[in-house]
Amino acid sequence: MAPAAITLAAEAPKLSSANTGFMLICSALVLLMTPGLAFFYGGMVRVKSTLNMLMMSFVSIGIVTILWVLYGFSLAFGTSNGFIGFNSDWLGMSNVGLTELWDGYTIPIFVFMVFQMMFAVITPALISGAIADRVKFSAWALFVALWLTIVYVPVAHWVWGADGWAYKLGVIDFAGGTAVHINAGAGALGVILVIGKRVGFKKDPMRPHSLPLVMLGAGLLWFGWFGFNAGSWLGNDDGVGALMFVNTQVATAAAMLAWLAYEKIRHGAFTTLGAASGAVAGLVAITPSGGAVSPLGAIAVGAIAGVACAAAVGLKFKFGYDDSLDVVGVHMVGGIIGSLLIGFFATGKGQSAATGVFYGDHSFTQLWKQFAGVGAVLGYSLVASAVLAFLLDKTLGMRVTEDEEVSGIDQAEHAETAYDFSGAGGGVVSSVSAALAGTSKKVDA
Amino acid sequence: MKLITAVVKPHRLDEIKEALQAFGVHGLTVTEASGYGRQRGHTEVYRGAEYTVDLVPKIRIEVLAEDEDAEQLIDVVVKAARTGKIGDGKVWSVPVETAVRVRTGERGPDAL
Repeated sequence: MAPAAITLAAEAPKLSSANTGFMLICSALVLLMTPGLAFFYGGMVRVKSTLNMLMMSFVSIGIVTILWVLYGFSLAFGTSNGFIGFNSDWLGMSNVGLTELWDGYTIPIFVFMVFQMMFAVITPALISGAIADRVKFSAWALFVALWLTIVYVPVAHWVWGADGWAYKLGVIDFAGGTAVHINAGAGALGVILVIGKRVGFKKDPMRPHSLPLVMLGAGLLWFGWFGFNAGSWLGNDDGVGALMFVNTQVATAAAMLAWLAYEKIRHGAFTTLGAASGAVAGLVAITPSGGAVSPLGAIAVGAIAGVACAAAVGLKFKFGYDDSLDVVGVHMVGGIIGSLLIGFFATGKGQSAATGVFYGDHSFTQLWKQFAGVGAVLGYSLVASAVLAFLLDKTLGMRVTEDEEVSGIDQAEHAETAYDFSGAGGGVVSSVSAALAGTSKKVDA
Repeated sequence: MKLITAVVKPHRLDEIKEALQAFGVHGLTVTEASGYGRQRGHTEVYRGAEYTVDLVPKIRIEVLAEDEDAEQLIDVVVKAARTGKIGDGKVWSVPVETAVRVRTGERGPDAL
């Protein structure tokens, strides 16, 4: 988030139609990332859990949107103390003027609120990739609501709130390397350590069922990410948003190529999944750093993240944790890489005057600040998410039964299947009475 | 009568069909199948995780023939299916007790 207001000392900012319009478009772009994520993940699971994977993202849009308007925005971006915010006028957006400006900026509070809402929507959705195939939909829905409240909201306040402790310390996180990606990645790790592996992990083949869907999802994420990153400057009056836009593109390209090169050398092929994953790793790593580094720095950030994440996705097999679709390996690792590399590659000519080890007076000061931000978010999210998953598991139960998991969570939890493979169109499920039996909760297919 | 079954590479289907038609066969049944012989499977890589895919896509063609045509028909199928590479498949025949044309009730060779 923008650390310095773009104003002349004496002059209060005025509402800018250009910035307001730009930010509304950026908000829509960020929203598009969540369906993009749904397809990115959905293509990677087996046929039998495609719909559940899509639905975990979509329901996050529903739940988080409502909670964000009711209290999330107030607690994340109000001022109160370094750990949590509060502003009673913003509860339900009940006492906010339509042209009332976000403090120090040229866009209305309403616009800032909805832009931030989209970040809050995608962050818990990111976690869903780690828990593929095996979590009760009701438990997931409750998890999203609680995780938003006790993990996302405080962490967003630390990093982006006007009185957040990390923000005041000078931790740089332009668009969410810590608050979104490390937060979601560490949260995913906490949850999977509690709920355990998929049935057949490391034994059964779990090939992605549709790489074209994965590529489509990666493309939508890439497109939407321009809103996520460039929009996070909340306007375009000083060119920093444009720098971020350029760096987003450059780092993503570098990371995709780096991942492909790594796996050609290690595994002998340029894979489609590698291209999609590399692009996402680059997007993640440039998210915190793109406002601080130069385009050449962005190439370095992307290339390092591409290789590091390509190597990190293998760790789950080594250590035996079932991070199904590599949320830890891509989002946590990519977020850490991007956040820490600010400490090396910050030029001092972008979003702030702070410089990294390779620039200015070659000081390590910014690097230590980045470590503090990374460590705090990682530790808090890991522990809080694990505790939350543990409590939900002991009460509601987090997992579907083994039988339901093996035969497919789509049928068990959603009473649907993703694809009709029968040539005739109806297959053996053509009974009209089943379709009309509105009273039965689930249609046995 | 004989039932001739061929499990062969999917892309040979058209050649086999044409060769059988030229020979005078009026009907056949094709199903998608998967399996392996000496060819074994192949390896796929997803984010560094290697999967050995044992079963390879094949098609299974079934044709009913009169006893005296069977050997020649097998030769026709084999010739059309062959690429010379490993994984070309197998063709075999088994005796059939009876066959009935459902529409007319004709039995035996008349049903073919």
